[in-house]
Amino acid sequence: MRRLAALLLAGSLVFGTGVLRADSVLEMNPSETFDTPEQVERYETLTHELRCVVCQNQSVAESNVELARDLRRIVRDMILAGNTDAEIKKFMTDRYGDFVLYDPPLKPVTYLLWGAPVILLLVGAAVMVSVVGSRSREAGDDEGMGENT
Amino acid sequence: MKSLKYVIPGLAFIVLAGFFYKGLFLDPRTVPSPLIGKPAPTFELEELRNPSESFVTADMHGQPAVMNVWATWCAGCRDEHEFLMRLGRSGTVPIYGLNYRDERPAALQWLSRLGDPYVKIAYDPDGMGSLDWGVYGAPETFLLDPDGTVVYKHLGPMTPRVWEQEFLPRISEMRVASR
Repeated sequence: MRRLAALLLAGSLVFGTGVLRADSVLEMNPSETFDTPEQVERYETLTHELRCVVCQNQSVAESNVELARDLRRIVRDMILAGNTDAEIKKFMTDRYGDFVLYDPPLKPVTYLLWGAPVILLLVGAAVMVSVVGSRSREAGDDEGMGENT
Repeated sequence: MKSLKYVIPGLAFIVLAGFFYKGLFLDPRTVPSPLIGKPAPTFELEELRNPSESFVTADMHGQPAVMNVWATWCAGCRDEHEFLMRLGRSGTVPIYGLNYRDERPAALQWLSRLGDPYVKIAYDPDGMGSLDWGVYGAPETFLLDPDGTVVYKHLGPMTPRVWEQEFLPRISEMRVASR
């Protein structure tokens, strides 16, 4: 990533920054496009929280697919237009469903998803208690037998 | 109490195996569309073949309709084209097209070479109209009811099997309902 940035920087020095900035939003430097550092941060957070639906194991921020570029541009435009993070996420889920969010919302269909760790933990605890319980009872029996002999 | 030692891992194995078995037959590329049951998103785009004409979502209302998202760069679209031609000839429902992130000359050439099953085709070179439909890969095929509600979405090439199992039953249901 750092090497890429260096290459881009070198490229922009050779060809002139204006050309690079003009012809694509992909290479845009968020700190130059936005007015405030908060907006830059929101842009970074949002694009990392959104899944690229075409290339499912990458976020919108990481992907080079055309759709991801467009979604990045939309996120930027919506931030600049004064939309809240919730509005931007709603825009995305209205189109692509909860699947675009790396952090799925808590609602009836996702109860099992969110509850599974707790359920598994409880099951594990129950098993452990019963195993440990039976072991110590066995150990108790052994001791009893020891006393007898 | 002792038997639990065998029963619990056994059960856990069966449950997990069940999930994994199901997972074998799921396509991770298929993302459930949030549009199902909602009014089709509106667009107003140029008609691919007649640039002076426009194509709006409402043009598809009034009867069950199929909207097929395609592009010349998409291999799956080539695979399904013959079946779409057959569907178009059968006249069961009108087939509309949404030409996605493509170039007009290439798209027109494709149609003249392979045939043109579409009633109307929206030309969406920058993909902005398709974005509202949640299109993320071609081919995709939507089924709309006469009121323009999205009833079903299929991702990937249309095949006779998908058509018979997923589209036809829903279309005949609409026909019954509107009678």
